[in-house]
Amino acid sequence: MQDVLTTCVYCGCGCGLYLHVEDGQVRGSQPSRHHPVSRDNLCVKGWHIHESINHPDRLTTPLIRKNGVLTPSPWEEALDFTARQLGHIRDQHSGSAIGVLASAKCTNEENYLLQKFARTALNTNNVDHCARL
Amino acid sequence: MTNSINEIENAEVILVSGSNTTEAHPQVARRMLDAVDRGARLIVIDPRRTRLAECAHLHLALRPGTDIPLLNAMMRVLLDEGLADDLFIEMRTENFLALRDMLNRLDLEATAALTGVDLPLIRQAAQLYGRARKAVICYCLGVTQHVCGTENVQTIANLAMLAGHIEKEDTGVDPLRGQNNVQGACDMGALPNMLPSYQDVANQDYRDKFERAWGVSLPEAPGMTLVKMTHGGAQGPIRAMFIMGENPMLSDPTLNKVEETLRGLDFLVVSDIFLTETARLAQVVFPAACFAEKSGSFTNSERRVQMVRKAVAPPGECRADSEIIMALSNRLGYAMEYDSSGEVMEEIALLSPIYGGMHHDRLEQNWGLQWPCWDRSHAGTPFLHKYYFTRGKGHFMPASHTEPGETPDQEYPLLLMTGRIYHQYHTGTMTRKSERLSRECDHAVLQINPKDAKAMGLRQGEMVRLVSRRGEITLAASITDQVEPGMVYTTFHFAEAPINRLTNDAFDTGSGCPEYKVCAVRVEKTMSS
Repeated sequence: MQDVLTTCVYCGCGCGLYLHVEDGQVRGSQPSRHHPVSRDNLCVKGWHIHESINHPDRLTTPLIRKNGVLTPSPWEEALDFTARQLGHIRDQHSGSAIGVLASAKCTNEENYLLQKFARTALNTNNVDHCARL
Repeated sequence: MTNSINEIENAEVILVSGSNTTEAHPQVARRMLDAVDRGARLIVIDPRRTRLAECAHLHLALRPGTDIPLLNAMMRVLLDEGLADDLFIEMRTENFLALRDMLNRLDLEATAALTGVDLPLIRQAAQLYGRARKAVICYCLGVTQHVCGTENVQTIANLAMLAGHIEKEDTGVDPLRGQNNVQGACDMGALPNMLPSYQDVANQDYRDKFERAWGVSLPEAPGMTLVKMTHGGAQGPIRAMFIMGENPMLSDPTLNKVEETLRGLDFLVVSDIFLTETARLAQVVFPAACFAEKSGSFTNSERRVQMVRKAVAPPGECRADSEIIMALSNRLGYAMEYDSSGEVMEEIALLSPIYGGMHHDRLEQNWGLQWPCWDRSHAGTPFLHKYYFTRGKGHFMPASHTEPGETPDQEYPLLLMTGRIYHQYHTGTMTRKSERLSRECDHAVLQINPKDAKAMGLRQGEMVRLVSRRGEITLAASITDQVEPGMVYTTFHFAEAPINRLTNDAFDTGSGCPEYKVCAVRVEKTMSS
């Protein structure tokens, strides 16, 4: 059993919590005792955070819609197809015909990369996230 | 937040407006209640009798959408009773005369009547807030999700500056940010008008700086906001969308329009950890790694940038969103190669002044750092606006009442508000996968006052149809005096009762924030009895 200190993914409080890892899976969580926000306390969502991580409904392969049905497909095919489609629309219309939604659930680094991707590769400022919702 | 979360427990007066804190920000509520235990006074402004309102010394149950007149009345009381902080106003602010003139013209009785709150109660709240040495205002989406959301926030700032309740420890204005990293996503420039660190995209100097660093020319016109993108319609200007870890098919207002827009796109690609309502409409879905399967950082509501650490390998073929973005960017002709999230953060620190001293090796220590953190030797900033405001002087922005985009009438006689509950989160993509959380609450309920329920002959738990001009849903009635007669309340967590099919697409013109807190509905019985 190994405990990994990390930051909770639910609300803006930002509790410090330990994930209990056993056999390569997160089995439970526990608040950090000295973290300035959590101070040895979590809300009910933090205590049960492992349940969504291990859930059998997790997506595990890329899906491409083929004949109207989302079908498991290899990564290379999904990435190539997506890049072709986005590139086509960028070149045909312009970057402003593409919209990008970043995520308040993803990391700073990922959000930085996504807005950089939108502004450079796609040439659009149409990038936003759920800050107002 | 201008303060740190822990400072709230040292305040003498805590004014909470439009925040269901015990449900949506449990740790912040804990600080508030600890402060009350130590003798602090708690004032809650909320149309509903929330759990926090029940613990409050004063509960100002205003008519939804009347935040501005309520706060204006409080400010007028501060002026009349000599509780304004003249020195602070003189040294640190501008445009005070405009505010003073507006307040002096106010008919206090009529203003109070507009809000539905008794004037003596408003007076008492103003005196408590004005006389405190240390006072914080905490507000949330109950303030911002109105057509006049921007003016609501400016009026809160007016009140804090008038009383001089800013610039000190344990004293300030604290918007409580909802999502774990909504603060960070804003900081990183995931906004249509801002480059990272709030550098205006329309400003040539800022664009020059990023063009030099990124080696391309950047589009100068600000982009479209989220709701503009998702409400464009089937033939709208947006032809393709890339959606990373969001679920607009449940979270956005007027869902019928969102669905029409997304279905009408030439191409939709979604990256998520579950097959969300939005992903179901996509042509391509990427399986993403979740927070426990990657490393990086989140920025919480108190601007604390903290490490997220990889605990386990992602399941199946899942990949981190950063890998997906880099792979797409490389294919589209813009090379992106980063070996680690730490390397990305080095670039962020280089280009974003408020993150200038944020490096992963520093974040690893001392529970992260609070921005602004200008350079490697800077210790971070627990509270903002000491000595000066970001823009120099604090500018008073007088505002007056604006009616909501839609108000109850004969056909739709009830006022609907939406919000969150403790056991679920946002669109439930994660929380609804948890058996234990679902055991506590697994379906949407409509809070309705006993008086209205009696008039309709409703029983507790009875299924009712809720109808607005835009759509209808069916959900269970919960009869409670937490809501006043004439109001109903529910949550947006449940796909079976997607409340945003009903919500109005009226927006705050300043911020683009949808008016989730006011729309007109009627309740119908599903069975005749």
